[in-house]
Amino acid sequence: MTAQELPISGDADVVRVRQAVRAAAVQAKLSLVDQTKLVTAASELARNTLTYGGGGGALVEQVDNGLRKGVKAVFRDKGPGIADVAQALTDGFTSGSGMGLGLGGARRLVDEFAIETAPGDGTTVTVVKWAR
Amino acid sequence: MERLPILKIGQMLLVSIQVDLRDDMVIALQEDLADRIVETGARGVVIDITALDIVDSFTGRMLATIAALSRVLDAETVVVGMRPAVAITLVELGLSLDGIKTALDVERGMRLLSSARGTAR
Repeated sequence: MTAQELPISGDADVVRVRQAVRAAAVQAKLSLVDQTKLVTAASELARNTLTYGGGGGALVEQVDNGLRKGVKAVFRDKGPGIADVAQALTDGFTSGSGMGLGLGGARRLVDEFAIETAPGDGTTVTVVKWAR
Repeated sequence: MERLPILKIGQMLLVSIQVDLRDDMVIALQEDLADRIVETGARGVVIDITALDIVDSFTGRMLATIAALSRVLDAETVVVGMRPAVAITLVELGLSLDGIKTALDVERGMRLLSSARGTAR
C-alpha cells in the first residue's frame, strides 16, 4: 500500500484520518484490540494537530520490518511547537481544554512513539503499531 | 450540521450513536441533551455506544460532562454497549470514566435507571 497523505484542517478530517488508519490496520492484520488502540492514538494526535498545531497533515502507511507488518502514522503541523516535551507527555498536563491524556495516552497505546518539535518550529509525532 | 437524535421513552431519553463522531456533533449533543432533559423532565439518560469503534479522551470527557450535567438537572446517565476492545483501550489511555454508570446493553441500562430511581414510567 502506498502512503496516504491526509490534510487535517477540521473535525471531519479527524474522522477521515481515523478511518484511513483503521483501514491500514486491518490490511496489516493487527488484532481488533491493537486496531482500536492505534485508531484511538491517531484520533488523539490528529486532534492535537488541529487544536494545538492549527492544522496540518497525517501520513498513514503500512510498514514491514521483515519480521512483522505494521502501520506507521506521522502527524505534522507548523504550529507553535512544544517548549517542554516531558511536561506535555505527563498525564493531566494540558494547555487547552482537554483532559491532558492525549499525548501521554497516545504514547501508551502504540509500540513506537517519536516526537520532533521546537518552539516556533511546529511538531511532528510519529507512531508505529506492529502486528503481533 | 448533523445532530444526533434524542428519543424519549417513558421518562427516559435515549441517544444511540450510529455515526462516526465529529467533535462538533459531540458538543452539540451536550447542549441538546441539557435542553431535552429540562423540556421533558426526563429522569434518566441512556447513551448507546455499541456502534462506536473508539472512545478517545474527547469523547470520554463528553460522556463525563453529560453525566455531570444531567445529574445537576436531576437525571441519571448510563452509558451502554461499550465494546471490549474499546474498554481495554480506554483503561490503557488512562480514562477511568469516574462517576459514569455503565451497563452492557440498552435494556439493562434502562432497568438500572428504573430500579435506581423508580422511574420506569
